[in-house]
Amino acid sequence: MYKYDQYDQQMVDTRVAEFRDQVRRRLAGELTEEQFRPLRLQNGLYLQLHAYMLRVAVPYGTLNSAQMTVLGDIADKYDRGYGHFTTRQNIQYNWIKLEDTPDILADLAKVEMHAIQTSGNCIRNISSDQYAGAAADELVDPRPYAELLRQWSSFHPEFLTLPRKFKIAVIASETDRAAMRLHDIGIKMVKNDAGEIGCQFYVGGGMGRTPMIGPMIKEFVPLDQLITYSEACLRVYNRYGRRDNKYKARIKILVHELGKDEYARQVEEEFAHLLSQGIEPPLAELERIKPYFDDPAFDTGASDDLDLSDSDFRVWVERNCHAHKQAGYTIATVSLKPIGGIPGDASADQIRLMAQLAKDYSFDELRVTHAQNIVFPHVKKADLYTLWQKLDEAGLGTANLDSVGDIIACPGLDYCSLANARSIPVAQKISERFGSAEKQAEIGELKLKISGCINACGHHHAGHIGILGVDKKGVENYQLLLGGCEGADTSLGKITGPGFDEDGIVDAVEKATGVYLANKQEGERFLDTYRRIGMDPFKEAIYG
Amino acid sequence: MVEVQFRFRDDEAVNDPAVTVDAFTEQSNATAVRIEPGDDARALLPYLDQLALVEVNFPAWTDGRGYSSARILREAGYTGEIRAVGDVVIDMLSHLKRCGFDAFAPEHPLNPTDAQNAFERWDNVYQATADGRKPIWALRHQS
Repeated sequence: MYKYDQYDQQMVDTRVAEFRDQVRRRLAGELTEEQFRPLRLQNGLYLQLHAYMLRVAVPYGTLNSAQMTVLGDIADKYDRGYGHFTTRQNIQYNWIKLEDTPDILADLAKVEMHAIQTSGNCIRNISSDQYAGAAADELVDPRPYAELLRQWSSFHPEFLTLPRKFKIAVIASETDRAAMRLHDIGIKMVKNDAGEIGCQFYVGGGMGRTPMIGPMIKEFVPLDQLITYSEACLRVYNRYGRRDNKYKARIKILVHELGKDEYARQVEEEFAHLLSQGIEPPLAELERIKPYFDDPAFDTGASDDLDLSDSDFRVWVERNCHAHKQAGYTIATVSLKPIGGIPGDASADQIRLMAQLAKDYSFDELRVTHAQNIVFPHVKKADLYTLWQKLDEAGLGTANLDSVGDIIACPGLDYCSLANARSIPVAQKISERFGSAEKQAEIGELKLKISGCINACGHHHAGHIGILGVDKKGVENYQLLLGGCEGADTSLGKITGPGFDEDGIVDAVEKATGVYLANKQEGERFLDTYRRIGMDPFKEAIYG
Repeated sequence: MVEVQFRFRDDEAVNDPAVTVDAFTEQSNATAVRIEPGDDARALLPYLDQLALVEVNFPAWTDGRGYSSARILREAGYTGEIRAVGDVVIDMLSHLKRCGFDAFAPEHPLNPTDAQNAFERWDNVYQATADGRKPIWALRHQS
């Protein structure tokens, strides 16, 4: 994976010094909270209901053991012994003291980590496919391009006070595992007719209160124009994105109001101008970055045999492992969704254990997924049973990837000052109701996502089943959505009808899965059945 | 008129009153113009030769349109003064300078030491912008 050179390290160290100075000015009363707010946000520091929350960047979701160990240590030293992995492939700590934050950043900088632009109205941490560099189905490893974009977007002086936050994802396979089209810019690495690799740009996707699937605005951008084209996209947005209403300030609204063709035309004009400005790094810079993402030293003679006589292990392999490009290896996902647990949470000990296991069994590499799980990207099949046993002993062996128990949930009203309703207790109840191995096996793949308000941090629009918490005259109320999906066939969920209370929504989910089980045809997932039979049978069962 | 607190130019300060972009493009003998966040900086491009001062107003520092305005002027070859006015705060200074601003007239004067630190904060930068600094990628690949 990528390693900082002296320049990268200096940038991060300088940021620590800058933020230390900003905190000093705040604590000395030279900055009011109102003045400090945008500054701390650009450094991932939120003020939540009970304490500050610090969000640490995990660029494109990739990290090594030393970094993961520090994430565990921070949880112990500055938080309450746990961390929360997020849908942006980052980690956040919910019980942070303002005066500790410069020291936390200094600890992070020692292992080439930071919290730069993990919130605020700027270009956020770049996300990517959690199986990058390991999946059998990818065209190229998308991460060198994500790293190039990371550097370009870090402290970009023109784009630090955009109309609203700005999220970029880069993928390189047909199976979109990063919800690419639900980003402000989604980039898909493609090959053109001449056999050259380039970037396909999708702009104006997003969730939030007005969910939109990003349209393609440029079929092929050559690699030596990637930064220039991105800059053109951002400049048009910075100049013309709406600033009169923060709920209409995301780029999706601009693209929607202008129409994708007009937006694309304006970008093209800006792009033509910027091409003469010498802002593009040379291809040699990409070539410098690429070798950091070379394959690890795989054992090319490794066997594909797996002893599956332990039935618990067999279920875990079937659910949580994914095809690797290298024979004899697999991609193993650790579910951070134990039955009744808080989605995405891990204790300091669990974090450090995963760090150690990655060192022992996955070439020192881990990934954070947007579904709030952890991936061991390169596990030799011969080691898989041992790895699973060690995970299972630590409560990390849950076999429920992409099943009803693998719930995405935002922090909700338990932590977040924006939330209208709690998400975590609903996730816990659903997880308990459907947690048994038999139930999960019966229902199969079902992506369930819960948001505690319409900002949609829990991706409810993209859930096969989505749940949206709202405030109904002071009482928490939950709406049910069906048919959402991220990935190559991205679709947005539709609301079934009137909402429910906390227990009611769990019953409604059960009724919905009941309709699926009664109607499913051979090989159909919940989503497939829904798409075939439509909303009506579900409505009837739920409200009839 | 608010005083210029920091200036990175050797020529004499321009003190002509700045007119609005609309007024400027209609009666074009002025030499100083003020850009508001919603103005299109490109409207000034035909007149760059006669301009000695462009003020870019930040009614609120969190509205970043002025950064693009300044860069657009520099990219078009404008070499006169670009002055940041309005809600200009310490933490913007280095970024403004990178986008081509060379004079700063904050509505509320800034602590000079803090400002000095802010201007000198970044030894290196990741992007090529209007300030002509060599970005890190150029330093990495210079022959």
